[in-house]
Amino acid sequence: MPTFVHTEKCDGCKGGTMTVCMYICPNDLMKLDTARMKAYNQEPDQCWECQCCVKACPQQAIEVRSFADWVPMGGAVIPMRTDTTIMWTIKFRDGEIKRFKFPVRTTAVGSINPYGNKPELGDPRDQRLFTEPGKQLPVIAS
Amino acid sequence: MSEASFGNPQIVELETDVLIVGGGMAACGAAFEARRWAGDDVKITLVDKAAMDRSGAVAMGLSAINTYLGENTPEDYCRYVSADLMGITRDDLVFDVGRHVDDSVHLFEEWGLPIWKDKSTEGVALKDGGKPVRSGRWQIMINGEGYKPIVAEAAKKALGIDNILERVFIVKLLLDADQPNQIAGAVGFSVREHKLYVIKAKAILDVAGGAVNVFRPRTTGEGMGRVWYPVWNAGSTYAMAAEVGAELTMMENRFVPARFKDGYGPVGAWFLLFKSKAVNGFGEDYVTKHADLLTQFAPYDKAFVVPSCLRNHAMLKEMKEGRGPILMDTPAAMAKLTSTMTPKEVKHLEAEAWEDFLDMCIGQAGVWAGMNIRPEQTASELMPTEPYLLGSHSGCCGIWVSGPEDISPPEWQWGYNRMTTVKGLFSAGDGVGASGHKFSSGSHAEGRIVGKAMVRFCRDHKDFKPRFKTDIKTITEEIYRPVRNYLEHKDKTTAEDVNPYYITPRMFQLRLQKIMDEYVAGVSTYYQTNGKLLEMAAKYLGMLKEDSVNMRAKDLHELMRAWENYHRLWTGEAHMRHITFRTETRYPGFYYRADYPNLDDANWKCFVNSRFDPETKQWSLKKVPHKDLVPKTYGAAKH
Repeated sequence: MPTFVHTEKCDGCKGGTMTVCMYICPNDLMKLDTARMKAYNQEPDQCWECQCCVKACPQQAIEVRSFADWVPMGGAVIPMRTDTTIMWTIKFRDGEIKRFKFPVRTTAVGSINPYGNKPELGDPRDQRLFTEPGKQLPVIAS
Repeated sequence: MSEASFGNPQIVELETDVLIVGGGMAACGAAFEARRWAGDDVKITLVDKAAMDRSGAVAMGLSAINTYLGENTPEDYCRYVSADLMGITRDDLVFDVGRHVDDSVHLFEEWGLPIWKDKSTEGVALKDGGKPVRSGRWQIMINGEGYKPIVAEAAKKALGIDNILERVFIVKLLLDADQPNQIAGAVGFSVREHKLYVIKAKAILDVAGGAVNVFRPRTTGEGMGRVWYPVWNAGSTYAMAAEVGAELTMMENRFVPARFKDGYGPVGAWFLLFKSKAVNGFGEDYVTKHADLLTQFAPYDKAFVVPSCLRNHAMLKEMKEGRGPILMDTPAAMAKLTSTMTPKEVKHLEAEAWEDFLDMCIGQAGVWAGMNIRPEQTASELMPTEPYLLGSHSGCCGIWVSGPEDISPPEWQWGYNRMTTVKGLFSAGDGVGASGHKFSSGSHAEGRIVGKAMVRFCRDHKDFKPRFKTDIKTITEEIYRPVRNYLEHKDKTTAEDVNPYYITPRMFQLRLQKIMDEYVAGVSTYYQTNGKLLEMAAKYLGMLKEDSVNMRAKDLHELMRAWENYHRLWTGEAHMRHITFRTETRYPGFYYRADYPNLDDANWKCFVNSRFDPETKQWSLKKVPHKDLVPKTYGAAKH
């Protein structure tokens, strides 16, 4: 169920050696054709259709076309993601369009302070995690 | 030295104390916890073959957190996990996840993950008494598209970006030259630069996910990557541990999820939240209809929730006897739910139904859109998928590890929580066997458990100086062999893909999948096999293993595929050996030993453990006694 890249929208991330889609694809599929400065999916039949690259592309140049060996033509599922929400556009084969919007995050990107406001460390040799000092850990009643 | 190039890679040697191999939920949990316990004296390095923001099984997102105990006890959790996995689980490991998992979920919420709340406590955090929207006894609903980037941000910040290597694929672990059965390091390569990495470490966390596409998938052609679990999970965790002699457990276990056909969309919310029914082609509720059929697998048929494999068993009977298609009756469920709702509430419900796919299985939404399927109008087909090997979802294959010292009986613990039988080698998440149903949150919590244990291990072994048995040149040439094969032979034929001197990773994978499918109980035999078929499988897998040294890599991407498929082969081999050893049908609906079609608690209510001896290159398998630490009851009966 592969991604494809709209030729006119892709700018190859403006001449860098690493496009955003290359950076993010969990399966190392997106590749930059350095002659044309356009990205493409180098192994379409290994695409999980996670749309990580679609969501991340700064030009919105990438889409997914459902796998052609089964799914009839004409449908599409297109995300538009910001740091807080994602908007989905679902186009049915028969032309109907549905839109859904969902939150993706309640805090600002980059705002996590992993060890802020956390308790002092407890005993490094017991079974409590660092956020659980003093907690009475349950054990299996025998 | 001239600049590195394809065929002339740079060797990069690194030293660390804790090496985390993987970047998924367990790895993120481990990084977060370990860094806090480690002072300046313990160095931690994380290596991910992808980018942490979107790596691992949660890369796409999730619509639910499947393990949140809340009002339940860890004992209840042990009972549920045991029943779904047909009675053979490690209560110590499951209990340990159960007593820590909510803390991870509370962190996720603090970091920014939107968690649905009951109207009575809207806006109140779980840790402050907020009531989650439960889709089942253990599951809570979330807006989880951004789940992984959130968890990764916390881990990356904790560890520091300088201690993280992305796009580096670790493919082999290395044993120590001086200390027997002790880990000393790992070796891998960048899929972006011409660099081979040789990393020394005192403690290694092997958390590289479960195994996908070991079996031929039902999807074909362009759809072959659109499988249920993430296609990039190649069984690396099991293969790397096995090769250095770590004991594996329950590798006969597999998971065959029943999912929406072709898109592999999740069914949990449809069953649990929307109260939908699955029926055969004639409208019959086949699980109720076949209640008698399931008594053959007593007492597990009387579990509070019928085990996943037994539900599949009932479905398969309908399919084999020609009463398909199996349908999820979404229109009836939606009609019932909307009958008392306002139009605004109906719209909200429709959005929830679509979000379930869009958060975690966008491909299914694509199938529905392409086929004009609207759940309120058209029922959708269900289908049991190809088998998956994993330890964190509804499966429990994996590595045999030490349990927590305050819970585990002596035979289940040897000093450090989640350490394998190889000293210094640890695992978590999909890697740890006999303790399924951790899911995303439990894997993170288990990563945290092991993170703390590894720091302790490093402090206890601070004078240990890892030293490799083999020289670095030999080690790196071995992992680079597919490139050498390609460069040496590519010009001997006019089209480089067909060449008698090497095999492409792709053909290697297809060959493995065909063997596993046809001889080791894949979809084409309705998940059936027997001793004779397994003998053939052993022979064919043996030849495939011989041919693994002849894989080619025409670029770094293909070098990654070569090693992924090598890992798939090892995982498949372990699975085959375990299925051959366990002469009963423990998981009907997941696989059948046609020559031993019954559940045999008298002889097989035990773990099966295996070990590959790195010195003799021989596998050995054995029964390991099972015991329940938490009493189990089925119906009214104790078991």
